[in-house]
Amino acid sequence: MSAPTKPQTPNTAELPGYRVELGVDEPLHLDCGVPLGPFTMAYQTYGRLNEAKSNAILVCHALTGDQFLAGDHPVTGKKGWWDVMVGPGKALDTDRYFVIGCNLIGGCMGTVGPTEINPAKDRPYALDFPVITIGDMVKAQKLLIDHLGIGRLFCVIGGSMGGMQALDWAVRYPERVFTAVPIATAARTSTQNIAFHEVGRQAIMADPDWCGGNYLIEGKRPHRGLAVARMGAHITYLSETALHRRFGRNLQDRKNFTYGFEADFQVESYLRHQGVAFVDRFDANTYLIITRAMDYFDLAEEHGGGVLAEAFQGTEVRFCLISFTSDWMFPTAESRGLVHALNAAAANVSFVEIESDQGHDSFLLDIPEYHKILSGFLAGAADHLVRCGTKAPSADG
Amino acid sequence: MDDTPGRDGRPGQAASAAPGEIRADLRLVADLVAPGTRALDVGCGDGTLLHYLNQFKGVDGRGLEIRQERVNASVSRGLSVVQGNAETDLRNYPSQAFDYVILSQTLQAIHDPRGVLEELLRIGKHAIVSFTNFGYWRFRLHLACSGRMPVTDSKDHEWFDTPNIHLCTIRDFVTLCDALGITVERCFSVRRGGQTRRVRPSSALANLIGEQAVFLLGRE
Repeated sequence: MSAPTKPQTPNTAELPGYRVELGVDEPLHLDCGVPLGPFTMAYQTYGRLNEAKSNAILVCHALTGDQFLAGDHPVTGKKGWWDVMVGPGKALDTDRYFVIGCNLIGGCMGTVGPTEINPAKDRPYALDFPVITIGDMVKAQKLLIDHLGIGRLFCVIGGSMGGMQALDWAVRYPERVFTAVPIATAARTSTQNIAFHEVGRQAIMADPDWCGGNYLIEGKRPHRGLAVARMGAHITYLSETALHRRFGRNLQDRKNFTYGFEADFQVESYLRHQGVAFVDRFDANTYLIITRAMDYFDLAEEHGGGVLAEAFQGTEVRFCLISFTSDWMFPTAESRGLVHALNAAAANVSFVEIESDQGHDSFLLDIPEYHKILSGFLAGAADHLVRCGTKAPSADG
Repeated sequence: MDDTPGRDGRPGQAASAAPGEIRADLRLVADLVAPGTRALDVGCGDGTLLHYLNQFKGVDGRGLEIRQERVNASVSRGLSVVQGNAETDLRNYPSQAFDYVILSQTLQAIHDPRGVLEELLRIGKHAIVSFTNFGYWRFRLHLACSGRMPVTDSKDHEWFDTPNIHLCTIRDFVTLCDALGITVERCFSVRRGGQTRRVRPSSALANLIGEQAVFLLGRE
């Protein structure tokens, strides 16, 4: 599939993978009070679901991710965002597990969202798409899992906002989750992260081509605003060390300052490239809606009456939390707070902090120790299932 | 808890050890844990004991360990271990959440052994504590003859760089338990060759010939 031409919405109906109509009999009741449904969810799967349906792993994607976890991405032409993790013999071993990636509601890769047609108005939803929450995303995913006939997921896993979904899954549907692996995440979005999100949203909305959200109808795209949002966010995904090592104060294709505002520095050129590449595959209104969903996330408020440990009371889900030393967006202290709450609920929890200087993006990277821990945790959980008399999560079960 | 003597650094203590292949004091600790119970191993090292308890006694085991590389090793083999510090993190655990809380070869490295001991018996119905007995005759002889602090065989630290800051004898430990109103339910000595023997806590002989001590503790 070729990359879409710039001013148009990607024709998501032609993307590979699966699409399913959900919320047909009963709409999804969103937290904002609006019913959603029937709606389309696009998903992709890797590996084979065994007969006992005991080997399913749901991968929840982060803000700008999608259902294409591994292999060649149909839009970008690059590898899927978690290709290092998902595949035969990898930590999420598709010879053993059935791995599901689904595009979130509010997304822009085939699942219902602001770029899809609003049947009530026969034009793209744009900002008529309701503001959703992490909980809404999870409730929609649960409809997909119901549709696939999977009683209990062997694992729900995700990094960053995907980790928030994994936490929400474990708390909302504990009987449907055997293990949860929230990576580089937090039980609520920090003030600082809300602040960064707001900068990104303001950048989008300040672009005249945003057209009050109606750019698709007006035949425009707020490329500059969305690119600036991405540039700012991208800095928060990296670490100072990693940025410095990669670019230093090196100049871009020149020996002297231009005494102007061209991209004199390599780091400027890099960020501009990141911004431009992003607008080709992502939608500005989706960016607004999903960052908003993250802002609203607060597990303790929603499920624990303000006390995080209460949210986990009596849980039988086995947790593995992972953080990275140089992640300043979701620092280790956030994971540690979760561990303390899980301990207070006497939950079964493992927690590791991985040494990495790559910042928040570490969760996407091929760090051998990280992958080894993850595959070891999953294997240990599978052994436990066997000891409890359940069939092992294997492809031939 | 840092660098506990001989806890997991010894050769030949592979994670996949069959029953009987783990170190004598660990085996003794494991034997005190009833099958199918819940146990928390504080300072669990690379998870040798937890692995044994999980595999051979069906114990729902959890671990707390301060050293990241040991935590990673444990989680990599499927054990439920969190990175944390016993002196600050035990307070997060609810009361009576475990049947056993184990402090194996870790007591000597703790800043506040009394506080931690009380936490063990708040969290667990029983506590199992093992440590090197500095009343052991070789240590006494070493001090008497050379006039220098004993350096136990399982670690090479000198007195000035050892993480082991609270060394005690069996008698010292029993005195502390009495002061805290903790009941010694069972007491064992482990001799240098690995022979274990149940002893009376007040036994002067046990305090002389046991190189290691293992206590099963409870509250009345």
